[in-house]
Amino acid sequence: MESADLKLDGNAAGGELREIFGAEMTVVRATCAACGAVREMAELTVYAHAPGTVFRCASCDAVLVRIVRAESRVWLDPSGVSCLELLADA
Amino acid sequence: MERAAVLGRLTWLLAEVVEILPETPRVKSLVFSVPGWPGHRPGQHVDVRLTAEDGYQAQRSYSVAAPADGERVVLTVERLEDGEVSPFLVDELAVGDRIELRGPIGGYFVWDGADGGPLHLVAGGSGVVPLAAMLRHRAGLEQAGPAALLYSARAEGDLIYREELDRLADEDDALAVAYTLTREQPPDWTGYDRRIDGEMLSEVFGSPDPAATTFVCGPTRFVEVAADGLVGLGYEASRVRTERFGPSGR
Repeated sequence: MESADLKLDGNAAGGELREIFGAEMTVVRATCAACGAVREMAELTVYAHAPGTVFRCASCDAVLVRIVRAESRVWLDPSGVSCLELLADA
Repeated sequence: MERAAVLGRLTWLLAEVVEILPETPRVKSLVFSVPGWPGHRPGQHVDVRLTAEDGYQAQRSYSVAAPADGERVVLTVERLEDGEVSPFLVDELAVGDRIELRGPIGGYFVWDGADGGPLHLVAGGSGVVPLAAMLRHRAGLEQAGPAALLYSARAEGDLIYREELDRLADEDDALAVAYTLTREQPPDWTGYDRRIDGEMLSEVFGSPDPAATTFVCGPTRFVEVAADGLVGLGYEASRVRTERFGPSGR
C-alpha cells in the first residue's frame, strides 16, 4: 500500500466530527492559520490511519486539526485553524 | 434527557439484512431494514461498525446507493482483498443478520437536484455508488437538468449497475453514460480504453458550464487526476466536489 492510498478527505471523517460536535461539520468552512485558505472541511486532506485523525490544508498541507482517542476520551487539537464558519441554522 | 435534545448526535442503529443483490464477482448490494432511520440525501454515507465476540470493533464508511425509502438503506460494498470489514460484509453476511450503522453523514457531497443545473459525474471503480444514488434520485424527479456520467473501471466485469445505467440512459435523452475500461476491453468494446484524461473529460462533459455541478468519487489518485483535469479545462474548482475513498476506519 502506498501513502497516496492512505490520503483521504474530510468526507471520511464526517461521522467522527459529528460524534464530537453533534452537527454536520463537513460543510463548515475552515480557515488555515498558516496560509489563509478557506475550505469546507470535506475538502481538507485527511489521514485517518494514524493513531488519530489528522486534517491538513488542501492548499499548503499544514496541519489544521488533530483528533486522538483513547478509551473513553477524545483529544481535539484545532490549533491550525484560525476560524470556523458555520451555518447559523445548522 | 429528552430525545429531541440529542438529535444532532449520531446514534448507532441496528440494521437487519433483508436482501442481498450480487452486482459483480467482488461487489454486492446489501439491503438493510433500519428501524429509526431518519432518511438521507443522495450522496450521503453511513458508518458501519462490526463487533467481534471478544469485543474488538472495526468501523468503516460506505456510501448509500439508493435514495431515501423509509427504513430501507442500501449499501453497495466491494470486497477489498486485504480488508478487515468488506470481506465479512460481502462473503459472510446473510439475510437476517444484524450489524450496527449510524448516519446519514455528509452535506458537501450531496445532490438533490434543487438548483436545476447540469449534473456531471465522474466515477472510479466503486466510487460510482454515491453517484448512482444521485442518478436514481434524478430519475424520480419530475423535472431534471441534463446529466452525464463518466465511469472508469478496470474491466467490463467490474462495472457495477451496468444494465441499470444503460437503461436509465436509454430512457432519458438528457442523460449520457460513458465508460472507460483501463485494463481489459472485450473485442466489441466501443467505449474508451484508457485512463481518464482532459480530452476524455472534454468529450463527455463538453465545454465548461458555470451552472454545472460536478461530483468526482473514487480512489484518491483517480479523484485528483479527474478534478485537476476538469479545473484545467476551465471548470471552477468550487463547483467540482470530490470524495476520496480508501482503507479508512478505526
